[in-house]
Parts: sequence; C-alpha cells; structure tokens
Amino acid sequence: MTDSGITSVAMPKWGLSMRSGKITDWVVAEGDPVAPGDDLADIETEKITGTLEADSPGLVRRLIATVGEDVPVGAAIALIAPPDVPDAVLDDLASRARAVIDAGLPEDDGAGPVVETVEAGGRKVSYAGAGDSGDVVLLVHGYGGDRNSWLFLQEPLAARHRVYALDLPGHGTSAKDVGDGSVDLRADAVLGVLDAVGSDRAHLVGHSLGGAVVLAAAARSPGRIASLTLFAPAGFGPSISAGYVRGFAAAQTRRELKPLVGQLFADEQLVTRQVVDDLLAYKRLDGVDAALAALAETLLDGDEQRIDSAAAVRALGEVVPVTVVWGSADRIIPAEQASSVAAVAPGAAVRVIDGAGHMPHMERPAEAQAGAEETIARAA
Amino acid sequence: MPRNLTYREALNEALAQEMERDPSVIVMGEDNAGGEGAPGEDDAWGGVLGVTKGLYHKFPGRVLDTPISESAFIGAAIGAATAGLRPVAELMFVDFMGVCFDQIFNQAAKFRYMFGGKAVTPVVIRTMYGAGLRAAAQHSQALYPVFTHIPGLKVVVPATPYDAKGLLIAAIRDNDPVIFFEHKALYDLTGPVPEESYTLPFGEANVVREGSDVTIVTLGRMVHTSLAAADELAASGVSCEVVDLRTTSPLDEDTILESVENTGRLVVVDEATPRCSIATDISALAASRAFGALRAPIGMVTAPHTPVPFSAALEDQYIPDAQRIVNAVKSVAEWRR
Repeated sequence: MTDSGITSVAMPKWGLSMRSGKITDWVVAEGDPVAPGDDLADIETEKITGTLEADSPGLVRRLIATVGEDVPVGAAIALIAPPDVPDAVLDDLASRARAVIDAGLPEDDGAGPVVETVEAGGRKVSYAGAGDSGDVVLLVHGYGGDRNSWLFLQEPLAARHRVYALDLPGHGTSAKDVGDGSVDLRADAVLGVLDAVGSDRAHLVGHSLGGAVVLAAAARSPGRIASLTLFAPAGFGPSISAGYVRGFAAAQTRRELKPLVGQLFADEQLVTRQVVDDLLAYKRLDGVDAALAALAETLLDGDEQRIDSAAAVRALGEVVPVTVVWGSADRIIPAEQASSVAAVAPGAAVRVIDGAGHMPHMERPAEAQAGAEETIARAA
Repeated sequence: MPRNLTYREALNEALAQEMERDPSVIVMGEDNAGGEGAPGEDDAWGGVLGVTKGLYHKFPGRVLDTPISESAFIGAAIGAATAGLRPVAELMFVDFMGVCFDQIFNQAAKFRYMFGGKAVTPVVIRTMYGAGLRAAAQHSQALYPVFTHIPGLKVVVPATPYDAKGLLIAAIRDNDPVIFFEHKALYDLTGPVPEESYTLPFGEANVVREGSDVTIVTLGRMVHTSLAAADELAASGVSCEVVDLRTTSPLDEDTILESVENTGRLVVVDEATPRCSIATDISALAASRAFGALRAPIGMVTAPHTPVPFSAALEDQYIPDAQRIVNAVKSVAEWRR
C-alpha cells in the first residue's frame, strides 16, 4: 500500500517456476468494496487454477488485466483504493501497468528455480529454496505429493523467511527407493536437508504423511526445531480414507486417477488436466509403484491408520509452538482429529478452515499461510 | 529432474538405460557400429541419423552392425527375440520394410498366436518415416497404416521427446513385436524429459490441448502442425481439442469417442496417404460409435493418394500444413445442413 492508500494487486507467483498467469474470471467488478480474504479473481497457470484473494481493504477502482491474456508475474492486474483517490491518479497508474502487461514476458533468462540435492540416509533427496534472509522454514509434503504442492505458500513465506521445500524419498526427483517405507527413514531426509542448508534451528511445516514425518524428525532432534505447523497430519486417530491411499498407489490411468485426486479437494474443479498429467508422469517413473505400495503399508493397518504421532506431539508441544491446520471438509483424514492433537498438546493452536479439503495449503493458501506465520511468530 | 532433450537424445537415453538395466537388450542395424575412425569421427556413427551414437563403446559386444540386407537382419532380430534376447533393430527407412514383410507379418506377428501363447517375440523395430527431407518417393512414406493392419504387431508413433523415451522403454519391455516410427523431421525437436526411466502405456492417447468445438485426432509430426492450426483457430474463436494417438495399435478408442461426444465435430489429420489409413479408420470409428454425437461430416486432412514427389515445390504441397487444417476445421465448424 502506498501513502495515498492505493494498493496495486500483482499477478501472484504460485510456485517457483511460474512466470506468467491468466485471469480466467474476475470475481469482483470496478466499484466493488473488498475486505482482506475476499476472492478477487480466478487465475490459471500452466500447472494449476487458483483464486487470488485481497490482502487489504478498499474499493476495486481499476481492473487492468483482461480475462484470457498472459500477464507476467508481479505485473499489476488491479488497483484497490479508497473512494477519495482521484481518478486521474488511478488512470495514470493503470496506463503504466497496462504497458507492463503489453510488453509481455521478459526473455527467459534461464534462471529457473535451483534444485539442489543432498545424500540423506543413503538416498538422494532433492530440495529447492526461496528467500534470502530470516529463519529457515522447511516444507514437507504428503503421500504422493512433492515440493511443488507448496506452490502457493513457498514464495509468500519467502518474503520474510528462507523457505525450503523437499521431495521425500519415493517422490518428486528424490530417489525412489524407500526401503521399508518407515516414517523414520523419511525423517532422515528432513534432518539431511536441514544439515545441507546449515540450519540449527528451523520451523517445520508438514502436510498429512509429511506431518508425521516432521514430528518424527523433531522428536529425534528437538533442539533444532523452532516451531511445528501441521496440515491435516497423519497419526491422530484411526480414521483415514484407505480407499484413497490404496487407490492412488494402484491407479494406472488418467481415468482411475482423476476421481481419486478430486477427493483431496473440497472443490474438485481445482483438479485440472495438468494436475492429473503431472501425477501420472510421476507415477510412471520406475520404482514409484513400489515406493507408494510400501508407503501405503506405512500409513495403513487394515483400513485404519498405522502411524501414531501422539507421543511426539505431546513431548514437543511442551518445548515449541505447535499449530494444527485442518480443512473442515477433509475427505482423507477427518478434521475431528484436530481435537486429538489439542488433547495431548494443550498448548497447540488449532485452526479449522471452513470448507477446505485435505489440501488447505492449495485450496485456501492465505489462511494456511496465516497459520504458519502465526506459529513462526510465536517461536520468536 | 526433467531437462530439455532432443527427440534423438531422448531415444538414445531410453536405449542406454534399458541396456544398462537388462543385459538381454541388444541394438542392431546399418551403421550402428560403423564409421568409427572415419575422417572427423571418434565414435561409431550410431545409425544414419545418430540415434544410437555412444552406445557402441558403452555396451561392448551389444551394438551390432548389419549387412545391407533387411530381410536377413530383421529375421535375425526376430529369431534372437524368440530365443531370449530383446533386440532393438534399426531399419533405416520404413520404405525398405517391404523386403522383410514375411519376417514381420507371417513370423513375428503370428508366433504368440500360433504357438498358443508359449512363444514370445520381444523385438522392437525402430524405423524412420515421413516426408519433408527432399528424400523422394522411396524414402519418405508414412507407412504405419500397413503395420496397424496386422494383428499381432504393436505400432507406436511418438510425437515428443517425453513420449519417445517413455514409449521406447515400454516397447523394449513389451513381450510382443513393436514397430516404432520416428519422424525424420522431429529428431531435433526439444522438450522436457525426466532423467529417470519411465514407461508410457500403449493404447493411451494424449489430449495435448483441450477444446470444445472440434476434435482434431492426429499423430506423430502432425501433432505439432495441428497444434499450430489450433492456435490460429483459437484466435478466430474456434476451440479445438487435439488428441495425439501415440499408438495406432492398440488404439485408444475411448479417448477419441469421449472427445467427439463432447465436441460433436471431428477432423482427422494424418501425414499418410488417405486410402485404408489411420484417417479412414478413426473416421469409421466415430461414424459407427459416435454417430449420434456428430453435428457435421467428419473432415480428413491427409497427403494425396500419390507417391511423395521429389520436386521440392510439390513435396511442400504434399505434406498437410496448418492452413489446410484450419480450412478443414472451419468447414466442419461452419457446416449447416
């Protein structure tokens, strides 16, 4: 926001490789009042479709980008301002912003995200970082995911922190051999990346299976952990969608995979063809079938959860700030299990995001980010 | 980690990774090993367009040069496959396949069936196809329909580096004879390819562009020409869905029919000549199984029913281009009873 109270809404950067986006629908019109958290526009990238939310209040005074055009990341797409800002000021800003969009994407400088690797527990682990200063934050995805599942969170968090996202063994571009599939083995990867980035005190953020993994890593090395943010973590109750876990491991075709991936979200429209194609390409790498089968056994005992994270969170909750974030419409691990975390770790903050599914960090990134930021702030 | 590779490099990597993984994989063909020590050459040539370059020294004894006798070495490859090896034979131009039809049609394609499933023939025959290189009538044909016609053969026509690697690895691991078609004009095409090994299943078409007005079904090099046409059509308000078949045998009928049911209009784009072709085959499929969904006659954009001309001007006219596709799609989209 400038002194005059004008906020320029920029094309967001969702994921380290995003260079431009397309507005598919303006949710607001010129003249509409907006408050922080209100939906502004639906935006499509090469990878995914998401909704951009307002982060400051005011009137939508100018919509600059039009539906369907390519807009470089960072270019102003709208102006939000109080009613008393003169039209002439806004017109001037809007025409300059228009010129930026019309100039198009700068030539590809080849400076994509730098993916690094480290040897941890005898296996190659890949990770990518963003942000130059501040505390280290490490993002750990869930079963079948990869570091790109943090696309809406990594860049925004990187404004104030050094944020790394890794690929757990068996996932992304890390080694596909997962041994016995144990959570401990995955904790090696977390600690290995912390070693590699030279962190002796890090904030860990884990989703689903990744939640259990960061707890296992933290339990092993509690002195290195500053805070824990757990999104729909595994290990806090018997109930889990065993059909999803086994179905995802077994799916061989787009037809089998698409409905399963839809179960991850409250709004299945978020599952674009690209999302399913990327998952299929991952599943078709040699060794992934075996890795997912082993991990499914780690997650499941019959049709219930095998992992128990209660002891770890009880111990850690006395030492570091813990926040649990759950989508109320989670169809994979029910949100009721958030109360099990609070029961064993009374200091833990619980945030239930109304209407979000199992991927709150993709479906409702602003609220998910607020959960992580708040935990990090409590550790200061 | 995906990096950008050329189509040629993607094929080479698929061969190298499979030879590394499975000692029964061998490579054979004309000049696959030859050329070493010739002026300016340190390594073997790796075939006429260099796809197998670098393998000769990496896998001693497993890259074989063959005489210029296709019937002999294709027969040898098929025999070696029945005896336990997984040969990848390079038959330079598909136009030369005629001299070894019996080995392919009557032997390789029939063993599994005639021996009650007791014989497997895991042979891959890689071959170049397609016009555009001024190589005239005997070196430019797109003959995949001939092989698609024969039960017992699998026929693969990859369009991108990613597909080329995943489909070649799948072909090598497959227990049936696979004829693998590489378009000469695609070898230098680049695209993202994962470093790791992976397989793409046969019989799964790829929807390379989603759209709502007209379905374009195509394959091989024509995928790229069709995408260029679809871009142009989008600018004039016609939304095309582009389906890349990837394999013609087996054929992914479901994806074709599903798309035609959504758009109600079909144009098939194929570089081969039009009679008894992929274009007519797909058209017949849609006409018989999605008739109720069709809102216009099916369009076909193909080469004419002639040999590929040597005259450069005529050859350029021979190959379907984006403009012809645009015209065909528009006439289908604008058709009124």
